[in-house]
Amino acid sequence: MSLTELSAAELLQQLRSGEVSATDAAQACLARIDQVNERVNAMIRVDHAKVLADAGKVDEKRAAGKSIGALAGLPVVVKDLLCTQGEPTTCGSRMLRNFSPPYDATAVAKLRAADGVILGKANLDEFAMGGSTESSIFGPTRNPWDTTRVAGGSSGGSAAAIAASLAPLAIGTDTGGSIRQPAGLCGITGLKPTYGRISRYGLIAFASSLDQIGPMAHSAEDCALLLEVLAGHDPRDATSVDRPVPKYRELLNTSLKGLKLGVVKEHFGEGLNEEVAAAVEQAIDAYRSLGAEIRDVALPHGKYGVATYYVIAPSEASSNLARYDGVHYGYRADEGQLLAELDAERKQLLAAGNKRAAEHLDTALVRMYRKSRSEGFGPEVKRRIMLGTYALSAGYYDAYYVKALKVRRLIRQDFDRAFEQVDLIVGPVTPSTAFKIGEKTNDPLAMYREDLYTVTANLAGIAGIAFPCGQSKSGLPIGVQLQSPPFQEETLLRAAHQFQQATDWHQRRPKL
Amino acid sequence: MGLTRQDVEKVALLARLRLSAEELDALTEQLSKVVGYVEQLGELDTEGVAPMAHAVEVTNVFRDDAVQPSLAREQALASAPHHDGACFLVPAVLGD
Amino acid sequence: MQLATESKLFCGCSTEFGAAPNTQICPVCLGMPGALPVMNRKAFELSLRTAAAINCQLARFTKWDRKQYYYPDLPKGYQISQFDLPFSHDGWLEISDPKGKFEPKRVGIIRAHLEEDAGKSMHDERAGVADSQIDLNRTGTPLLEIVSQPDMRSPAEAKAFLSELKLLLTYLGVSDCNMQEGSLRVDGNINLHIDTPDGKVATPIVEIKNMNSFRAVERALAYEAERLYEVWQETGQKLGDVPKQTRGWDDAANVTRGQRHKEESSDYRYFPDPDLAPVTVTDAQVEQVLASLGELPATLRTRLETEFGLSPYDSDVLVNQGRALVDYFLHVASATGDGKLASNWLQQDVLRMLNERNWDIAAFPVTAPALVVLLKKVQAGELITSRAREVLQAMIDTGRSADEVMREKGIEQVDESELVALCQELVAANPKVAEDFKAGKMQAIGSLVGQAKKKNPNVNPGRVRELLIEALGKL
Repeated sequence: MSLTELSAAELLQQLRSGEVSATDAAQACLARIDQVNERVNAMIRVDHAKVLADAGKVDEKRAAGKSIGALAGLPVVVKDLLCTQGEPTTCGSRMLRNFSPPYDATAVAKLRAADGVILGKANLDEFAMGGSTESSIFGPTRNPWDTTRVAGGSSGGSAAAIAASLAPLAIGTDTGGSIRQPAGLCGITGLKPTYGRISRYGLIAFASSLDQIGPMAHSAEDCALLLEVLAGHDPRDATSVDRPVPKYRELLNTSLKGLKLGVVKEHFGEGLNEEVAAAVEQAIDAYRSLGAEIRDVALPHGKYGVATYYVIAPSEASSNLARYDGVHYGYRADEGQLLAELDAERKQLLAAGNKRAAEHLDTALVRMYRKSRSEGFGPEVKRRIMLGTYALSAGYYDAYYVKALKVRRLIRQDFDRAFEQVDLIVGPVTPSTAFKIGEKTNDPLAMYREDLYTVTANLAGIAGIAFPCGQSKSGLPIGVQLQSPPFQEETLLRAAHQFQQATDWHQRRPKL
Repeated sequence: MGLTRQDVEKVALLARLRLSAEELDALTEQLSKVVGYVEQLGELDTEGVAPMAHAVEVTNVFRDDAVQPSLAREQALASAPHHDGACFLVPAVLGD
Repeated sequence: MQLATESKLFCGCSTEFGAAPNTQICPVCLGMPGALPVMNRKAFELSLRTAAAINCQLARFTKWDRKQYYYPDLPKGYQISQFDLPFSHDGWLEISDPKGKFEPKRVGIIRAHLEEDAGKSMHDERAGVADSQIDLNRTGTPLLEIVSQPDMRSPAEAKAFLSELKLLLTYLGVSDCNMQEGSLRVDGNINLHIDTPDGKVATPIVEIKNMNSFRAVERALAYEAERLYEVWQETGQKLGDVPKQTRGWDDAANVTRGQRHKEESSDYRYFPDPDLAPVTVTDAQVEQVLASLGELPATLRTRLETEFGLSPYDSDVLVNQGRALVDYFLHVASATGDGKLASNWLQQDVLRMLNERNWDIAAFPVTAPALVVLLKKVQAGELITSRAREVLQAMIDTGRSADEVMREKGIEQVDESELVALCQELVAANPKVAEDFKAGKMQAIGSLVGQAKKKNPNVNPGRVRELLIEALGKL
């Protein structure tokens, strides 16, 4: 059996026992990448030499009798939204195509400290904005189950890397569903922790009050392993929470008897694909068999989730992306060219007798900003920046941004009330299976509305996990989602794990 | 309530973006649609509801007033598109 | 004003002045992707102290907001500042002019808030150099912005307000307040209220920037007031007719100049910064801050006037020198029991010397107790003032005590019997003077007093005069 067919837990065992070296594991993954990545385009950058050098260092450590970290040489793919010191961190954008940060994200540093071996940077929607990983300058990531279809997004590269067995572990990020949705579409397990559980220092910000880093892997057990390493307070992130990190792996096997799962009737309304609905219902039945109690709960403001999200997220994004102006780092438009253009425009306006317009022409500095940003960002990023700028601008701030923040609180209160009745909420993660590449790129609003099952967890700050629960007739993965109150990741992982002990959806692999 | 092309042009300047005529047209339509969609939030009565700007209610997070090492200048300037070894360079900032 | 912290407001970079460009920056203040701000506790504490000292209300809940605009010295594209919930508001500062240029009054403070500074952009005027240079060392330095009510009615009041504020901040130790180094910056807003037959008319407001000293502030405001009047006569524009204008003060040319017309009105799109936690302040904390302020200039002035009988002018002079000198005065005044005496000596002798030698009081060779010893001798009549000055100078020059100096110089109090004898001697030796005196020419005594001093420089001329009159009277 190839090492790449093992789960992280299995591979970890072999690494710890010495059966397999970190170099062996790295080599196996690198070979798989060489073999398969072209078809799925999950990886932006893989530095073979560095990977092997890093793996070698772990092996040296073991040979020298030093203690080895929790990951013991496991290869991990990192979404190219987290800063990796001295290595390009592009966010899938021309704006940062050549940017190498002088520091590691805290999550990356923790990964390294635990002796994880970073395999490479995974593809993503540009600046994490999207649900299909089609907006990256490095091209779309293809779903390993059907390469004519999207892998989901924005952590599509991470999801596809796991699904295609390029690596046993991946780090993704989730702002409105960007871990859970691709996990659902690619048939893998992905967890969005409670906001503040994992440090955002070094995570290139999209929407600061919504972003969270999270683990992606074949199973809940594997996610638990990675979560233990990544979670924890960071004094460099004022929004990270100072709470002890549970030993998630040790809590996986507690019985589900008496666990109360809530089902939201509105989740199963029109717009939900029949096959998806059926698979999710089956999953709910499976939970009944495992001893869980199923109850109806209501999340009355859930239907306003997408609207609320698409005010708050672009607003914060428009601010977070203001720093990309070509001044201190990142892409700058050709100055010679822009000066020449300005000159020509001025001459033209003066020739036409339009002195006022000539005087109000952009200064060179302003034109530099505008050109750098327009050339550096793709259309979806620009769209969201425009939307956010509008929502925050004078005259609209109260009606849009503040209003959305209020509805956000109502959404949170819905969850608080629901969690008084149940321990977890179960339901679909996506309205359908993976769509065709290019199918939705012309209708942004339609694309946004696909996020209806995932955005509310980010808005409320609670945790959610997605894992496979079925397949469509055409063989595409179908996922189910569990959501928990804040800081109940252990319950999510436990519930997902026990489902995975009783079923085998998570063990299926695409034929690549 | 849709956006006019002029609205979009103003927002583009605020956002320091420069849009082609086609982009302006496309964005005017797309933004109008999205804004129209999000206006449903106006249906809700949010009287007395406190805005939720943070996902987790933390307060009073501070750090000690201690000096930490800064970046070496070469490191700080390494990513700069244009610099002279000491400073970042930009087209002249004149007048104000 | 820049707060006197070691490190910046949101990161650990040093705030030391004068470092080489771009050597005090890090991913946070450079606004690099992924970097996050964390609030400097000391900066917030210094802010609370300052606001309490200017009698502001301290908000029990405060937060930070992003003020968004594009400028090369603002790497994040926004400044972290405070918008609708600043940490303090509604305070006041009393100003007065000992010379009576204006009536004492309270200047209201609208708010004081805590924000980060931007960097510096420099433009090299050399031919062919078309670029501006950006130095981000200053980016992220903690700034306290204090906004006053439009209560001031003259440039003199404005200058007094700034002086008093600076003095207060110096007493509190919260800022270096050095306009040359940029740790204190001033923007002035001015308009005119003009009496017309149709009632009072307000002109549009002008904001003046780039004033680099208190004198410049005074001159700029005076200039602008006149210019505004001319503009009013020309245009008749009233407040609200045109938007607020910004003008820069040119100190060399002594004029204000209009700044480049902005292509868009500033829409800062403020919203709460999601990366920073709000701050709550308890009643107990507020009490603690108030209790720890110590005696501030206004209180000290009153104390000097009421406890020690000083004039407002004198108390002002002393308090303006700073806490250290006030402490020196307090020691001397208490130990001698004579505030006015202490004040005179401090102003005429000590301060003069400090200015001459460019010392501060800590470097002054004569300690307060040492001066007390000297002044007590003056009080006891052992030493006349002019001689005491000599002694003080020697004490300064040699570092010796008053007693040692007097011994060296042979200064000693002259015995009363010696004086009597001397006077009798002089009267006997100067019959002409005795005659003149008897004839009513009081001033004749003067020459005898002079002779007495020559014979023995240690005599107290006042006592000699008295004794001479007695002696002459007995004739």
